[in-house]
Amino acid sequence: MDMPPETTETQNPGQRPGPGEAGAVAVDGPILALSGISVRYGAVVALDNVSLGVRRGEVVAVMGPNGAGKSTVLKAIMGLAPVVAGEVLWRRERLAAATHEIVKEGIAFVPQGRRVFTHLTIEENLEMGCLHLKDKAEKQRRLDGVMRIFPILQSKRGDMASAMSGGQQQMLALGRGLMAAPDVLLLDEPTLGLAPIVVGEVFDKVSEISETLKTTIMVVEHNIKGVLDIVDRAYVLDKGRVVFTGTPKSVRESNILTEIFLGKSGAS
Amino acid sequence: MQPPADSQTRSAPNSRSPKALLAAAKTNVELWANLLIIGWALGFMLWKGVGFAIAIGTVFAIWAILTVSLNLVVGYTGLLSVGHVGFFGIGAYTVAILTSRAEYEQLRTEAIPTFGWPFFAALPVGVLLAGVIAVAVGVVFNRFRDDIYVLVSFGFAIISFNVFLNWRGLTRGAFGIHEIPRPAVGGWVLDGELEFLVFALAILGVIVLLSWLIVTSSFGRVLTAIREDEQAIAVFGYQTTHYKLAVWTISAMMAGLAGGLFAGWTSFVDPNSFILLESMLLVAIVILGGLATIWGSLLGAMAFVLLEEGMRFLPFLPAIHVGQARLVVLGILLVLLMVFRPQGLVGRYKL
Repeated sequence: MDMPPETTETQNPGQRPGPGEAGAVAVDGPILALSGISVRYGAVVALDNVSLGVRRGEVVAVMGPNGAGKSTVLKAIMGLAPVVAGEVLWRRERLAAATHEIVKEGIAFVPQGRRVFTHLTIEENLEMGCLHLKDKAEKQRRLDGVMRIFPILQSKRGDMASAMSGGQQQMLALGRGLMAAPDVLLLDEPTLGLAPIVVGEVFDKVSEISETLKTTIMVVEHNIKGVLDIVDRAYVLDKGRVVFTGTPKSVRESNILTEIFLGKSGAS
Repeated sequence: MQPPADSQTRSAPNSRSPKALLAAAKTNVELWANLLIIGWALGFMLWKGVGFAIAIGTVFAIWAILTVSLNLVVGYTGLLSVGHVGFFGIGAYTVAILTSRAEYEQLRTEAIPTFGWPFFAALPVGVLLAGVIAVAVGVVFNRFRDDIYVLVSFGFAIISFNVFLNWRGLTRGAFGIHEIPRPAVGGWVLDGELEFLVFALAILGVIVLLSWLIVTSSFGRVLTAIREDEQAIAVFGYQTTHYKLAVWTISAMMAGLAGGLFAGWTSFVDPNSFILLESMLLVAIVILGGLATIWGSLLGAMAFVLLEEGMRFLPFLPAIHVGQARLVVLGILLVLLMVFRPQGLVGRYKL
């Protein structure tokens, strides 16, 4: 079983990326990048020397089976994971370590499982997304902007978030992330636990955000089919390592996903 | 924490028909709790006379300041602290030590430093001291959460009690400090019970207003978010430890204020007023009234005071057992409440 060339190259992360998609990242310079990041939870190695990045305006997916370290990638960026080696680069410079400083830099994180505040109204939930924004007019402008993208939030703005369905809560979580007017939006499993019809809606909204707001997006997903339709590039992680990088087309054409999802990773 | 089960009954009165309204009212526990406690208070006042009502009112005001302030921490922010009584004691002892003249002392070996300050000079110092200690304690407490938080706050209550009891050079230990003067402004002394009640209720009013401003502000919304999901709010760039420390300190200062008021009212403090049990009672009252509701804390404090004072008049209960009996009754009430109405009398959230 032959590995595609990209696979073999990214199997040795830390080396210069080879030609192709990964090489293009280096030329353009990613706005946000992980460089040789290793994360360890006790004895468990969650990420092992992972390097990946996202360019301005790009939508990038981080995929892989359960336990591959997908979510840890985002947590490492947000300063929420114990990074033991490597660094996170933001506009070519080392990113701050404290979460509140990272947020100020213009990176918003939409955590897994929606995590909306059920005892606050939808509008209050959204306002939680833009801390330190004292300018009322700007806040209103952002609210209006989010409501335009998610009309459902407009119609229910005074309702408690607990009264919403899972899909609506996910829209709220996305909207709350956008309230920070971020340059980069990090989405952790935005379709987790949603009905198939809603999954499509969420992906459509992610595309819409990318197109209308030009927000750079890094999305961690287990839902491979859906996410490959909306991204520019994808990283495939397995056992804490990047095992493939490429366009959605190259991911589909390679058999990498079949291999790692069927447990034939064999690369060690 | 789950949304309340009775959200249906709450919205039911929207239906216009009187029958539906009546049916909704019948199952509206909140309404009944309000009617019962307020009716009980009024009935008690009529039965026992105005003088008794005034005394009860002052006790209520002091307890209510404590429960409303504790609710900011326990109810709104979700930090289950059983150490609130420590700050109550700090406020009380500060006022006692600063105002007492200790001329009554027979036993000079128990002499403590006396200052003879006026009450209104000592009260802010008590509040401030409670605040300063709260900051120091809160910085440490912020490292903990959930059950460990309960334990460390438990520890604080015990430590503060032991300081009151054993730092005899300052507190006179178990003898307590006597003859704390009543509050006075110039020549006008609040020595009447009614005057003190008005004063205490005025302070309670300020505390309620302040708490209301806090919980309805954006600061209060962050507190709610911390209670619901501290990690989620942290990823939006909120430094939750700052918020927790702030509300903890504000709450402690309010408790210190209640303590100063208590010292001025009883004109005597000893460590027994600040035992851990009182802290437990406070938490129980907050839960009984309802978490994250100011009105619930007022109602809970009222119910507690009525219960406590009301049991004195039970014909079959000897006076000396009233103290123990109130705990039994409160304990049973709390168990029943947790089983049948975990969100408290008028609360929205479960613990």
